[in-house]
Amino acid sequence: MTTIVCRCEDLTEKDIVEAIEEGYDELEKLKRHLRLSMGPCQGSGCLILARRILMRETGKDIEEIDEPTSRPPSRPVPFSLLASPKGGEDGD
Amino acid sequence: MTDEYEVVIIGGGINGLGTAYHMGKKGFTDVLVLDKSFLGYGASGRNGGGIRQQWTSEENIKLALESRKMFERLDEELEEDLEFYQGGYLVLSFDEEEAEEFKDNVKLQNSLGVESEYLSPKEAKGIVPELDTSDVVAATFNQSDGTIYPFKVIHGYANRLEEMGIDVKEHTEVTDIVTEGQEIKKVKTEEGDIKTDTVVNAAGGWSSMIAEMAGAEIPNEPVRHEIMVTEPYERFLDPMVISFKHGIYFSQSEHGNVVGGIGNPDEKPGLNQKSSLWFMKKFSDTLLDFIPKFSGVSMIRQWAGFYDVTPDAQPILGTVPEVERFYQVNGFSGHGFMVSPMVTKVTAELVLGEEPSMDIDRLRVERFEDMDIEEEGGVVG
Repeated sequence: MTTIVCRCEDLTEKDIVEAIEEGYDELEKLKRHLRLSMGPCQGSGCLILARRILMRETGKDIEEIDEPTSRPPSRPVPFSLLASPKGGEDGD
Repeated sequence: MTDEYEVVIIGGGINGLGTAYHMGKKGFTDVLVLDKSFLGYGASGRNGGGIRQQWTSEENIKLALESRKMFERLDEELEEDLEFYQGGYLVLSFDEEEAEEFKDNVKLQNSLGVESEYLSPKEAKGIVPELDTSDVVAATFNQSDGTIYPFKVIHGYANRLEEMGIDVKEHTEVTDIVTEGQEIKKVKTEEGDIKTDTVVNAAGGWSSMIAEMAGAEIPNEPVRHEIMVTEPYERFLDPMVISFKHGIYFSQSEHGNVVGGIGNPDEKPGLNQKSSLWFMKKFSDTLLDFIPKFSGVSMIRQWAGFYDVTPDAQPILGTVPEVERFYQVNGFSGHGFMVSPMVTKVTAELVLGEEPSMDIDRLRVERFEDMDIEEEGGVVG
């Protein structure tokens, strides 16, 4: 139960199981309650593990467990790469 | 779920849950809160968590001031750390004309009890040293403004409602509201019918659709607004920084993430919650103009939600002329979270037939019948 599930937010299997017991029984709710999948990796490491734990704890099939919407960017991107170059034509 | 309630609240966001909470505090628990998705799926779970009292209309200032005082006690009431951080709101002006308006705003805010101050660019830089103030003409600042973590407030309310014995049903979409004459008879949902004669419309971006189901007309329109978050960093930014001219706002949460958004003046009303490349680029450009030091900071996620926009950017509260006992708590136009403690307290009082703690007559929907409405000028994002 001390296995780390979400490395960005330091969440263990025990944290997830306890939250499910408290009623946070959907990935969308676990995300908002624990910040699961809201760190720099954006869920690429933890969501599949959390989904399995949810299956085990709630007895639901994998199809019944909706995944949170994936949102851009898929990896962290510095503002310097997203913004227009300063002084360029596009640099409004 | 029993199929009869004295009050049905549509919308499991901050204002639906808050209204139920204030009823429960008075011992009135024959209430059902319905949400078509999970709690906080709409704007309550998508906003930037800003708590601001620096508004330009008397109603908004009063609602925001009383709400801020209530937020200060809410941790204790909900027994939850809501991460309410009062680092202030720094409002920047980039032209002389707006700077003059800022002086009037501060005067009005001060007269109503908000302790905002008018600042020079140098004083603004004193608060946020990283800020490029070369084009800033003036600023206003109010220390007791701040930010809160919206999900914690939602969950805090939900836990309290459970203890009070108030029913909350998620993933239950309302499909119709049945009326006879001017009376509400029942609320139809995908899961069955619920008998009631009292409905509270707290459906945020969907509230005009809910009103239509009851045969009432409110002028709200959902308008997409986009927002983003960065990786967490050690805190260096104390206040929320905003500019009406640029439509930008950004702050750093207690967790360390910088959260911010920027409005698109060309955005058309509609139920679109998708993310755009326009936003990602425009926000980054503008943010680096404000704080060049942000260039190495990484954005990790962007998303969108609705402003439930009314013609004067002020909320709609109270009953409607077409249907009896159909209470509105919507139309917040992008500032529904920060005024929620007070508007939900007042809505609970109105529903229970008590004298409201604040006179909300100027926020009733009937105001749109005469053309003499006063527009709130302080909307950002």
